[in-house]
Amino acid sequence: MKMLNVALPKGRLGEKVYAMFEKAGFECPSIKENNRKLIFENEACSVRYFWVKPSDVAIYVERGAADIGVCGKDILLEYSPDVYELYNLDIGKCRMAVAAKKDFTDDVRRTLKVATKFTNIAKNYYDSLGRDIDIIHLNGSIEIAPILGLSDVIVDIVETGTTLKENDLEVVETIVPISARLIANKASFKFKSELVEKIIHSMEKSND
Amino acid sequence: MAFYESVLNNGEKAVFALRSLYESYGYSQYKMSKFEEYDLYVKNKDFLISDSVITFTDRTGKLMALKPDVTLSILKNGKDKTGQVQKVYYNENVYRVFGEGFKEIMQVGLECIGDIDGYCLYETLSLAAKSLATISQSYVLDISHLGVIESVFDAVCLPEGSRAAALKCIGEKNTHELCEICKCNKISDSGTAMLKGLVSLYGAPSEVLPKLRELLKGADIAALDEFAEIIEAFRTSDIYEKLRIDFSVVHDIHYYNGIVFKGFIEGIPSSVLSGGQYDNLLCKMGRKSGAIGFAVYLDLLERLSANDKKYDVDILLLYGEDISITALSQAVDTLSKTGSVAAQKGIPEKLKYKRLMKITESGVIEV
Repeated sequence: MKMLNVALPKGRLGEKVYAMFEKAGFECPSIKENNRKLIFENEACSVRYFWVKPSDVAIYVERGAADIGVCGKDILLEYSPDVYELYNLDIGKCRMAVAAKKDFTDDVRRTLKVATKFTNIAKNYYDSLGRDIDIIHLNGSIEIAPILGLSDVIVDIVETGTTLKENDLEVVETIVPISARLIANKASFKFKSELVEKIIHSMEKSND
Repeated sequence: MAFYESVLNNGEKAVFALRSLYESYGYSQYKMSKFEEYDLYVKNKDFLISDSVITFTDRTGKLMALKPDVTLSILKNGKDKTGQVQKVYYNENVYRVFGEGFKEIMQVGLECIGDIDGYCLYETLSLAAKSLATISQSYVLDISHLGVIESVFDAVCLPEGSRAAALKCIGEKNTHELCEICKCNKISDSGTAMLKGLVSLYGAPSEVLPKLRELLKGADIAALDEFAEIIEAFRTSDIYEKLRIDFSVVHDIHYYNGIVFKGFIEGIPSSVLSGGQYDNLLCKMGRKSGAIGFAVYLDLLERLSANDKKYDVDILLLYGEDISITALSQAVDTLSKTGSVAAQKGIPEKLKYKRLMKITESGVIEV
């Protein structure tokens, strides 16, 4: 059987994802060795895993360097890669939300300044409301923006809400729930669907 | 001829093979200008793969575009004639968004426009499959029918406002979000099962068609008979085993109305062929005819490894200033009968050569 290339997101989520693959019977023990290798394979299971930056998983899958991968729904919504979204792993759960300072009130007569890493998600959300906005694209520490007056609100991922609370911010609106999704390259799926389906069914079974 | 073939890349070889194939079925070549009035694309921008177009102003002040598409130009200039079908193919470069900029893409395509019938649909699908076969025998042709999908939406009473989102989920094989849409719209359990079935049923026609009929029994899906008839017409052909029914092939329903399809070749990470029946586009352009066609994206064929070259030239022939032009040209002509020859005074830095030779006063020697 041909090898299936699987892109795993580096970090906490990736470790949880690998554990799901392992529980489903697609283990690769060498992945747990303490070294700096990035590619691991198990010929017996016909799988090859590799670690990539979480926001790059969708690119590897869309371009066929990986047949399947796991990434957050936030990445799929932001970059809209042309991939199949085959399974909701239901882990890495959080939400995309609008947050602002505790005393913030929205004056609809003014253009709303929105700081975010997720410019497409923010634009689509406010387009659906017909709200005029000025998007400020930031790469990190988004929570500081409203505190320093750079923006009125932020659009960002919220997990427990602790970071917001500690910076005197609060969630104003939930845009969409987020969780980890198993995605597949559309072309690879045509020729490797049997193995991909086997993985999904095994994951569904071991999650029950 | 063998020497010419060895220097052609996959796309160039495909062009010759496809032109020959289409002409053998009576299709004539449509030749068009590089430029088209921008207005044509503005009015039909949803039909284009991307709404970003390279524009410029011509000498009369008219806004023109480097063509991102060929089909619109063919339709614009056509006439409706009852009982007649216009069969054309094209081999053109189009200009599309690629990353942060634009790219020139070589595209071969075929259009069948006019009083089209079941045979026209069959022939177009057949030529799509044969096009893929000229490139590689490891191919599949995925076929869907937007009329079947629309009819299922009607049967389960899915509101218009949710259909675009449901179609997107079907295109992504995203059953979990499709179920959420059904839940939000209070679709019945049987209706939800019908929609999920459209996503989960894919594969060889011999396996899928019976299951599809079972899934959709009780719902009035008129398009299903047309869909099944066209696919079953291939039953005795070699192509049948390469066909796959897969409703994740979705095109814009404002332009496409019936059979839609995509072709995949093993080793290429995206579809190399895309097409479908697009009567709705003709209707939008004020025409009364039907149409079906497809395009083959030749730029993707470079991903196939058949043309990996180990050497840039077979022979690198070194010469000094003491060698006459006549002697050098005679040596190059003789050696070129055995392979490719580059005559140079010194060894170029990045040139990969198979044999290194030198011309001296006494003749050509191996170095």
